[in-house]
Amino acid sequence: MPLFRNIASMIALLPMIVISLTVFVGCIIYSFVYSLTNSKLIPVYNYIGFDQYERLFKQRKWDVAVENIFIYGFVFTIGCLIIGFLLAVLIDQKIRGESLFRTIFLYPYAMSFVVTGLVWKWVLNPTFGLENSMHMWGFGWFELDWLVNRDLAIYAVCIAAVWQGAGFVMVLMLAGLRGIDEDIWKSLSIEGVAKWKSYIFVILPMLRPMVVTAIVLIAAGVVKVYDLILTLTSGGPGYATTTPALYVMENFFKRADLGQAFAASIIMFISVVCILAPWAFYEFYLRNKYATN
Amino acid sequence: MKKFFSILLTLFLPLSFTNVSKAAGHMEAEVIHWWTSGGEQAAISQFAEAWQEMGNTWIDTAITGGENSRATTVNRIIGGNPPTAAQFNISKQFVDLVEQGLLQSLEEVATAEGWRDFIYPPELIETCEFEGEFYCVPVNIHSWQWMWINNDVYKQAGLPVPQTFEEFLAGAPKIQEAGIIPLALGGQTWQESGMFGVVSSSILGFPHMQSIFRDKDVSTLRDGRFEDVLSTYRELNAFTDEGSPGRSWNDTTAMVIEGKAAMQVMGDWARGEFAVAGKEAMVDYSCVIPGKEKYVALGGDVFVFPKNDDPKVKEVQLAMASMMVNPTVQAKFNNAKGSLPMRLDVDTSAADACMQMGLDLIQNPNAIMRESDDWNTPAFTNAWDDIISEFRNDPNYTVAQVMDDLEGVLTSGL
Repeated sequence: MPLFRNIASMIALLPMIVISLTVFVGCIIYSFVYSLTNSKLIPVYNYIGFDQYERLFKQRKWDVAVENIFIYGFVFTIGCLIIGFLLAVLIDQKIRGESLFRTIFLYPYAMSFVVTGLVWKWVLNPTFGLENSMHMWGFGWFELDWLVNRDLAIYAVCIAAVWQGAGFVMVLMLAGLRGIDEDIWKSLSIEGVAKWKSYIFVILPMLRPMVVTAIVLIAAGVVKVYDLILTLTSGGPGYATTTPALYVMENFFKRADLGQAFAASIIMFISVVCILAPWAFYEFYLRNKYATN
Repeated sequence: MKKFFSILLTLFLPLSFTNVSKAAGHMEAEVIHWWTSGGEQAAISQFAEAWQEMGNTWIDTAITGGENSRATTVNRIIGGNPPTAAQFNISKQFVDLVEQGLLQSLEEVATAEGWRDFIYPPELIETCEFEGEFYCVPVNIHSWQWMWINNDVYKQAGLPVPQTFEEFLAGAPKIQEAGIIPLALGGQTWQESGMFGVVSSSILGFPHMQSIFRDKDVSTLRDGRFEDVLSTYRELNAFTDEGSPGRSWNDTTAMVIEGKAAMQVMGDWARGEFAVAGKEAMVDYSCVIPGKEKYVALGGDVFVFPKNDDPKVKEVQLAMASMMVNPTVQAKFNNAKGSLPMRLDVDTSAADACMQMGLDLIQNPNAIMRESDDWNTPAFTNAWDDIISEFRNDPNYTVAQVMDDLEGVLTSGL
């Protein structure tokens, strides 16, 4: 009976299990039940079937939100990985003042998304940010209106997010690079392999666990992005940078439209499960394989 | 399950600044409101002082932002720890609370004091009355129907101060040439839709608006005049600056005060900003109610009194409701707030030229305009506002598409 093998630890874990079950599972069921009602300001059990979902999928705003989360997820993940890896490689060249650079690059990660959002809001503001400074220095042609341009605003959000996340990826990668055996470098130089080739074709595959860890940590941040967008653009201009999380919160609090908010959060939950389930399966399967090796 | 939900909501609630002060007295009342700016604090303290003079205790729970404040109130009610009184807007925001029987009826004191005889305009009674009983106390009237104009800018451009949006649009290119932003607009949804409301009522007139927003009459929406509103709105937006997205209303008002911009469409709370900057009404700046027919919109604030298990609380709540409609308290409160009182027998001798304009206008029942909020749920209003905001920000969103989408909202039954 594996269940009773470690009675003491099972007892210690029990509160956590109970809380997880009641809070997470309970709330999910609760949300689903009330997403089938027309609750407005307060939850009222007034069954209307799947009307809230139908309404949700008709919203132009929801489409924009879903599109944005994909753009953000893609650009943020790829951006962090590429820039983080490049920074790590550059720092790995046994440069002077390495710890100084490492600190500088990791610094943004120490800030909350709220601070990041506000900083970039001021930098990218066309009337008193970077664009204005450039104009005052005499570069009249300089234009940086990403934040107020509805097609580019979501990329401005990505820039701010990458600025914050890249340093963290760099540190992870750097740790990996330091773990590479000197002998590998020696044999690569004996073979006369170009340095950039060795990094991409030999070292990078060896860093696979680091890359996977980085992707997992970044991806977890993608789904929950809320504070950054709230401070940077508040979902604007119009609703060009809204995300599913923003949509849910807005319907919960601003719009007193609980039924709609519940429906949207259930859809969010289902999509996260759909994305995570295959990955989790893969990861556990992999881990078991490593364990048996 | 209710507790459960409130815990969940509380977890998600953004941090709000609360401010609690206590004094001695025999009736204790906690009031949740969102009046946190300087002028607003001065106004709510008129209520607090009047309450304390009666020998009672006022516990002030000020929460930044109307949405946060209302969310807190609802959570506290559902969580079983309701405040004595809480602020809402003149709207359908609290109708769910009434329907679920969560609010205290104020009918006893309303009948005893004859509220139905002195509350003016009578539309305010409709807002608060459900099945013949009073459930809220209207405390003031704020109107959106204003253009705030920097007189100097127009003097220098050699143009008369515009009285309608057409006149404004005619003069706007000349102002732009002079290097001044013709229209100051903060690009937040509520500001965009607020201005849209003013543009539509000044072009369509109140009966037309009523037919659309109260009666949900699609043929009125489709009679060809609403397209004019949309195109005027789009023309106006061509005269804003690129710093507009996300800018707060008071930063935007400051642009008009400083002469960087010529005009802002904003509710009468903007007057406070001009007053603080030491500007004089009709001398340094003009307040204009745009359109041929002039209206006062019936926005403003109410207080509701959540039911409490403790029977003593009801007595406190009725006493407070009675205090809030008292003419002396009303005069002090509204003079501090810069809003119009909810009864006519109030001393308004301290009113400036702009406020006087509002006071004169509100005496005429035909000039009183109700807003979409008054008939519709927040879900409806926000769905509508989303479209307007998107229309302002997306030049590819055509008038025809907007009309279809607006009709969709109108017929959605939200």
